[in-house]
Amino acid sequence: MRIPILKLHNYLLISIQTDLDDQTAIQFQEDLLNKIHKSGATGVVIDLTSVDIIDSFIAKVLGDVVTMSDLMGARVVLTGIQPAVAMTLIDLGIHLQDVRTALDLEQGLIKLRQELED
Amino acid sequence: MDFKPCVNIQNEWDIVGARQLGREQAKEVGFGTVDQARIATAISELARNIYLYAGTGKICFEIINNLERKGLIIVAVDQGPGIRDISQVMQDGYTTSGGLGAGLPGVRRLMDEFDIVSDIGVGTEIRTSKWIRKGLGGA
Repeated sequence: MRIPILKLHNYLLISIQTDLDDQTAIQFQEDLLNKIHKSGATGVVIDLTSVDIIDSFIAKVLGDVVTMSDLMGARVVLTGIQPAVAMTLIDLGIHLQDVRTALDLEQGLIKLRQELED
Repeated sequence: MDFKPCVNIQNEWDIVGARQLGREQAKEVGFGTVDQARIATAISELARNIYLYAGTGKICFEIINNLERKGLIIVAVDQGPGIRDISQVMQDGYTTSGGLGAGLPGVRRLMDEFDIVSDIGVGTEIRTSKWIRKGLGGA
């Protein structure tokens, strides 16, 4: 299972539509970094609208993806985290500090544009 | 009520299988979407622990549905190496696998009851439950 990564101008858009297993998450991390490297993207939006479980492992992978992309010069915004998922993450003790988030894809793109054009 | 489905945990895809079955069970008991997410996430942590530390094991579900209360009991059993210091693994941030160390303490916060029994060289059994709060109608 591979998560598709779409390119739009300088941005990469990802919508995770599947229940993430560990292998898919790790593969996605690698694919995204390679795609940033090849495309020279400066911004990334990862939309999590369809994800209904984020456990500590998936949270770690997502947090790492944000940091790794940052190291490569691409800003990441996570969007569409469901209310139930946000509540569960806090119960788990995971705060995803320093991770940019936005309500939906549209807000995410606005946020990226503002940050990158400043 | 004696109906007890179990999921064998043998590889990492079984983690997904266990949490999907757990979510279905939680829905059947009447939990709302937030508690369904909490329960499925707790199962995910328990299943991954089995896979990472014991190799194989199983996760079983028990639905409690009587006049007094409704809830779901989850039992995670393995015949792995056991946990030497339980108080250590229950601390936030303690990990030997490079994870976040949020697993077991997280499960305890996500669920209502949490009980762990572990014997070195014999295995570990974790029993955890969540109850539907009266008056909330499972919302």
